[in-house]
Order: sequence, then C-alpha cells, then structure tokens
Amino acid sequence: MHAHAEAADTAPNWPDDIFATLQRFDVRQVAYVPDAGHSKLIQRVLASSTMRGISLTTEEEGVALLAGAWAGGQRGVLLMQSSGVGNCINMLSLIPILRFPFLTLVTMRGEWGEFNPWQVPMGSTTQGVFELSGVQVLRASNAAEVPAVLEAAASQAYNALTPTAVLLSQRLIGAKVFTK
Amino acid sequence: MSKANLLDRRQVVSTLLANRKDVVAIGGLGASTNDMCAAGDHARNFYLWGGMGGAAMIGLGLALAQPKLPVLVITGDGEMLMGMGSLATIGLQKPANLSIVVLDNEAYGETGGQTSHTSAAADLVGVARACGIADSRAVTTMAEVDAFAKAVHDVSAGPRFANVKIDSASLERILPTRDGTYILNRIRGDLGFQPI
Repeated sequence: MHAHAEAADTAPNWPDDIFATLQRFDVRQVAYVPDAGHSKLIQRVLASSTMRGISLTTEEEGVALLAGAWAGGQRGVLLMQSSGVGNCINMLSLIPILRFPFLTLVTMRGEWGEFNPWQVPMGSTTQGVFELSGVQVLRASNAAEVPAVLEAAASQAYNALTPTAVLLSQRLIGAKVFTK
Repeated sequence: MSKANLLDRRQVVSTLLANRKDVVAIGGLGASTNDMCAAGDHARNFYLWGGMGGAAMIGLGLALAQPKLPVLVITGDGEMLMGMGSLATIGLQKPANLSIVVLDNEAYGETGGQTSHTSAAADLVGVARACGIADSRAVTTMAEVDAFAKAVHDVSAGPRFANVKIDSASLERILPTRDGTYILNRIRGDLGFQPI
C-alpha cells in the first residue's frame, strides 16, 4: 500500500482536484485499470452520477473505448499506471488516424525511490513511448501543481484535440511501501 | 475447412445490415470491414483498417454514449481473439444496446489463411457467455442470422453475442474509405454532432 493511504484525514486532496477538473470538462467515460495511486479518483468516479467508470482488463481497451465514446459524442479519459502504457502502443495509432480527444492520467512507478526493479524499465520509457506515439507529455510532481497541469492538459486535449498524457510522478503519489 | 453448412460471409453481413435503420455498425480490421462496405456504404459505418483487437471496445464506447441507438460490431475470429478481454469488460458493463457478431472462418484470411485458435480449441461463444454476456449464440443457419439481425434493434435486452461459422472462401476485396477522420466525423455528423 502507499504510505499516504492509511487514514482518511491524511489522504491527499489532489485526486479531488483531478475529479473536479474532469467534471468541469464534461468527461463522461472514465476507463481505468486500477492502480493504488488512482484509487481515490476511481472511488469518486464510481460514486458520480455523471461519469461512468469502466474497468478494463488491459489498458489498450481504453484507447479504443475513447474513440467509440467520441463517435457517440462523449469525452473520456484513461487512468492507468506507467506499466500499462506499453500495453497501449499499437492502439495509440487510432488517435492520429481518427483524431478524437485523448487524455490519459498515468501514475508513475519505477522512479523516485522505487523498491521494485521490475517497474523500472517501463517506468523509464513511459515518457518516450508517449512522445514516439504522438502523445504530448505533461508532468505533475507535487500536489500544488496538479490543478494547473490538469487544467492545461484537459484544455489542450478536449479543445485542441492534442493527445495528452499527464504523468503523476511517484514523488507526488508516494513510493510504494512493501512490508512483510 | 471442408465442413458442410458454412455460411457465406457477404450474405451474413448483408442480412445483418439489410434493415439497419439507425444502427451504427463497426467493422473489425480485415475482411469484416470489407464485407460491411460490400453490403453498401453508409454514414454510420465505422470501418477499421487497424487497431486490431479494438472493434468491440469501440462498440462499447459508442453504446455507452448513445444508449438508445443499436450498436453492432461485426468482426472476425482473429480480431476478437486479440481483444478477448474486452468481452469481460462488456460483460461487466452490460450495455443493453450492444451486439457483437464474429464472422468465424477459423483462419487469418488476410495473412495467408493460417488457422486460428477457433479451428481447434477456442470457443468464443463459451468465452462470451462465461464473461457475463448471457445472450451468446452459436449461429450456423441464415434463419438464425435473420433472428439475430432483428434482435439487434432491441436496445433493452443486450448485450448479445453471435459467433457465425462462415466458409473460408477468399472474396473480391471491396475496399471502404481508409480516411479515419472522415469515417469518424461522418458518423458524428450523422448523429448530429458538430465539429469542434
């Protein structure tokens, strides 16, 4: 579990900031592969009356889902962790071909005090994979900058159809603590 | 394949789309998207030329966005096998207006006819049902295709799934437009959405 998640009164507020931004941009479909760093946001989405939370078996499903959502007139967002970005690569080709709004929020692993070496290879290439695939990358490293980064990301993704990924750094989320 | 009673894929698809009314149809990468074009181009045809494994999920996104519209995914066994997890995702969401048809020739027809997993072991009807799509049918006759085509218009009783055993004949390619932006925006326009 993450070090921050023990008690409600110490839970971070930045997921609420993300939720508020998504709500303001009228995001209706929220596709996700669960991640501890996204758990509070996922709870907010599942409790929402305007957003539909859609649990995926693998992240690439979410890219295709958002294309369909836009064909049907709805905006969506994809929540995943860095290891899921690699699962998306071929499906990311739909974005420039179909030109639909694409916003993804990625909780980072494999950086900032990572304990698990198996997370490091994909975490290290996450930004490069996005950039090679035509997705612009923004990063939030601390809670204070989350609202502005989310606002910029959502604006360019939904208003300008600029495919955008926000990397939520492990420094923001807190390195995962492994205990026996 | 030399099994008897295998259906003709073009006849299956033209039957599915004959009285389509407001149906939005998504054609999976490969011969399925060509079959849809052969049945007649339409503003609500979503032709895929890539994104293998994504057809059913595009259908889910559309079905959730437009719950009163019948959404029909027509794809092949290879494309469905690549996106098999999406059947679990759809089984969880249970969009009542989504129908999926797999044209199952038990082969990768576009790449030389190599046999697919459905030729020997994989049972996609069983997979779909086990993923929570209760209305999952193994279709072997045109009468069953016709019944499924009618069911597609019932947007309160899905999701539904049909695996249709077709013959593996390689047919003349009828190629739809491959301009993705045009395809997507034509659908959006027909549904009444403005450009950004």
